[in-house]
Amino acid sequence: MIKKKTGKWVNKDLLGLEYLTKEDIELLLDTAVSFREILDRKIKKVPALRGKTVVNLFYEPSTRTRVSFEVAAKRLSADVINIAVESSSVKKGETLNDTGKNIEALKADIIVVRHNCSGAATMLGRNVNISVINAGDGWHEHPTQALLDMFTLRKKLGKLEGLNVSIVGDIAHSRVARSNIWGLTKFGANVTVCAPKILIPPGIEKMGVKITDNIDDALSSADAINVLRMQFERDDMKAFPSQLEYFKNFGITEERLRKAKKDIIIMHPGPINRGVEISSEVADGTNSVILEQVTNGIAIRMAVLFWVSQVRDKEVKNEINY
Amino acid sequence: MPLKQVFTKEEIERTITRISHEIIENNKGVKGLVIIGIRTRGYILAERIAKVINDLYGTKLDVGALDITFYRDDLSAISEQPVIHNTEIDFDIENKNIILIDDVLYTGRTIRCALDAIIDFGRPRTIQLAVLIDRGHRELPIKADYVGKNIPTSQKEIVQVKLQEIDNEDSVTLEEIEDDKEEDGKVG
Amino acid sequence: MKLIIKNGHVVDPANKIDEVMDILVEGGKISKVARAIDAKAETVIDASGKIVMPGIVDMHVHLREPGREDKETVFSGTKAAAKGGVTSVLAMPNTLPSLDSAEIIKTLKDIIKKTANVDVFICGAITIGRQGKELVGMGILKKEGVIAISDDGASIDSDELMLKALKEAKKEKLLAICHSEDKSLSGQGVVNRGFTSTRLGLRGISKESEYKRVARDIKLAEESGAAVHIAHLSCAESVEIIRKAKKKGVKVTAETAPHYFSLSEEGLLGYNTNMKINPPLRTKEDILAIIEGLKDGTIDVIASDHAPHTENEKEIEFEYAEFGSIGLETELAVSFTELVNCGLLTWSELVKRISLNPSKILDIDKGTLGFGKDADIAIVSPEKEWVVNKVGFVSKSKNSAFIGKKLKGVVEYTISKGKIVYKTSPFAEREIFRSANGEVGMAK
Repeated sequence: MIKKKTGKWVNKDLLGLEYLTKEDIELLLDTAVSFREILDRKIKKVPALRGKTVVNLFYEPSTRTRVSFEVAAKRLSADVINIAVESSSVKKGETLNDTGKNIEALKADIIVVRHNCSGAATMLGRNVNISVINAGDGWHEHPTQALLDMFTLRKKLGKLEGLNVSIVGDIAHSRVARSNIWGLTKFGANVTVCAPKILIPPGIEKMGVKITDNIDDALSSADAINVLRMQFERDDMKAFPSQLEYFKNFGITEERLRKAKKDIIIMHPGPINRGVEISSEVADGTNSVILEQVTNGIAIRMAVLFWVSQVRDKEVKNEINY
Repeated sequence: MPLKQVFTKEEIERTITRISHEIIENNKGVKGLVIIGIRTRGYILAERIAKVINDLYGTKLDVGALDITFYRDDLSAISEQPVIHNTEIDFDIENKNIILIDDVLYTGRTIRCALDAIIDFGRPRTIQLAVLIDRGHRELPIKADYVGKNIPTSQKEIVQVKLQEIDNEDSVTLEEIEDDKEEDGKVG
Repeated sequence: MKLIIKNGHVVDPANKIDEVMDILVEGGKISKVARAIDAKAETVIDASGKIVMPGIVDMHVHLREPGREDKETVFSGTKAAAKGGVTSVLAMPNTLPSLDSAEIIKTLKDIIKKTANVDVFICGAITIGRQGKELVGMGILKKEGVIAISDDGASIDSDELMLKALKEAKKEKLLAICHSEDKSLSGQGVVNRGFTSTRLGLRGISKESEYKRVARDIKLAEESGAAVHIAHLSCAESVEIIRKAKKKGVKVTAETAPHYFSLSEEGLLGYNTNMKINPPLRTKEDILAIIEGLKDGTIDVIASDHAPHTENEKEIEFEYAEFGSIGLETELAVSFTELVNCGLLTWSELVKRISLNPSKILDIDKGTLGFGKDADIAIVSPEKEWVVNKVGFVSKSKNSAFIGKKLKGVVEYTISKGKIVYKTSPFAEREIFRSANGEVGMAK
């Protein structure tokens, strides 16, 4: 497994929260506090990554995450290049590894990669010597999203341990769910996943979560709820009820929230589907921290970019041995 | 590692009082003055100076803390990973006379970082530098306006500043470095 | 040309031999097996401390020729076989085009004649193009020398067609090898369905997709009376179904591959595409069930399912990578390390499953060191340890699920029909030297 010096960051890449220790995550969260402060200044820039180049390599279209990483990198004074790859069919054109090696040859320092295949970031990280940050790979992990979710919770509630956090939505196909589960359980939070049975993946209870298909159960003693985006445009969603039915059974509405804790925190990774997984009133209401998440996301991504760029010995790659 | 005492507890106290008076004298009063201390010990000294000025003049000056980690130019050269503290400057510095405070002035690079950071916050009227110890060996054209003590040192020595608030004692001692261990982190 | 192997521990279950013996080979045949043979021979091999066994008969090998010579050829594949102690190989029909016509079989036979380093037997397809729609002319293929049929890589979905095929196979006395997979259940899966597939965020292949089809294939075997052989068993449920069927007296045989009794799905947690195999690596419990099946004879055969793929097809995103691992050069070592070395099977039992049983099932005269039989022999140093490395492979493709693993058991010599087709480095200890007048000497 990954060798760790206490209190220091030794990971060339950020591939997933599965591979990080609690201390690693804590370092990122604490550093993000400093970076969050910078975002409130008049001049929101520090020279920490001056002269470094960050490449956003996005195989899946995504404006929000890409822009968030771009803003984060620029606030650190790095140069940013955006590559949007048309990936209409399998194995078309240059392979992922070749693309990675080419970017390395251009002497870029960090690749931020989003890809539709699980494990793509892990594979890239193994094959290049520069840093690789996973901005979402298939259903596997979206570590920076979970980190900013945890940062937001910690900021609002002062701690993570012992918190009751519910995650609602398509758990089976959600990288946001997986990363959150890894991160939160490492800090001793009590995680419940809520979804219709066909959207609960096999063996997930082994990750230390409670499972329910009843939204009221999920809400009842929750300190926070993370509402995932429902994707109805995917092929294997045909077996699933309509958007309206989903909203009726799992949608977070003000009425449902009356049975929940008064100060329950409502989170959503965005973009929100109003009237599908969440009602407009709740999304815009006082319990919602959705916009704060966006701002915190910049601070988290600055922290991640900062620490991976601190890794001296680039030969110390992540050894994911099992 | 032979120790040489540079400052005792009482001497530190007297020096802080003297510097506080000098600041007031130079600035002809407390109007428009703010104090910013560089983390970690510079900030502690800043609070102490602010207290002395408050005791003498009854004016509570704004005190801010500055972490210069993100402004360092040597992040890729040092072998130890940086420890990051928070910057807390929650007052406006526009047109103010800033008293920048650090414990030890050495190469001048820390102060250069601090100047860059402060300018990112706004446009002060003046920036004046107060240090407890000036140990020479400047690598940049930086000069302190207020100095506690000038000590000649060699590059094989470390100036060890200890302050009650975090080190449980007040003292400044001179120590020799073991082997050829570089003075990492002491951008000074 | 005479060859004598001295002082080796001969393991020949066909003739109930499991002791130190000498073997004399003449004219490509076994001439004598006895203690302390006193004879002159041009070649003398000192096999002290080594195991001498009938060459491995691997009844599940993808040689890829014709069509994908970039992955492997008959020449390179049989060279790899020789290195692994394999002297007989059954070439699977999922080539390009499939081995479904007399023409293509003739072409392959020609290639084999010209380039093969060991014996290659041919398995024909069951349906044209392995499309599962139209049966091949089995009589014609049989006439061309095909000894078994399979649509391996695919399974015939239509019960009706499969039954028809089995009845035809019975008539032509051809062994039907079944790749039992219900694609409507396995779908786009790429790893075993379970906690690991959840962790990895990958689509899972349920065990159901295998064992349900195994049950169907056995049912049709029973109905048709054909000789049916179930390929690459991977899970406990399949083993149990075979066990019950055998108890009932159904004429069915079963096979597994070394990765199914040595590697679990947990090895995939780093997205190692070399471990992406169909059927997939399963859980530790399944491994134990496979081993139990090998021990009690439910599983008759160990075959490699040697599946070479080029780097382009493996060193890519996990979802897109081809399924399969090469296996000819590691099967003996893995089998020894995981089964014999820890006392789960004896050498004799291993040789049965890897050499004798396949020969019986395929009805070929191999897997034995009896008098007058083909001198197909493997000489193995069981205690030698080695680490599997990409660089060491003789196969054209290097996609091995065992890369990085430490194994015990090195093949020192492989003899095919009396000819040495493989030997380890000339600096191996206690080599032999030949002399023109047949004198024997030991080089230091």
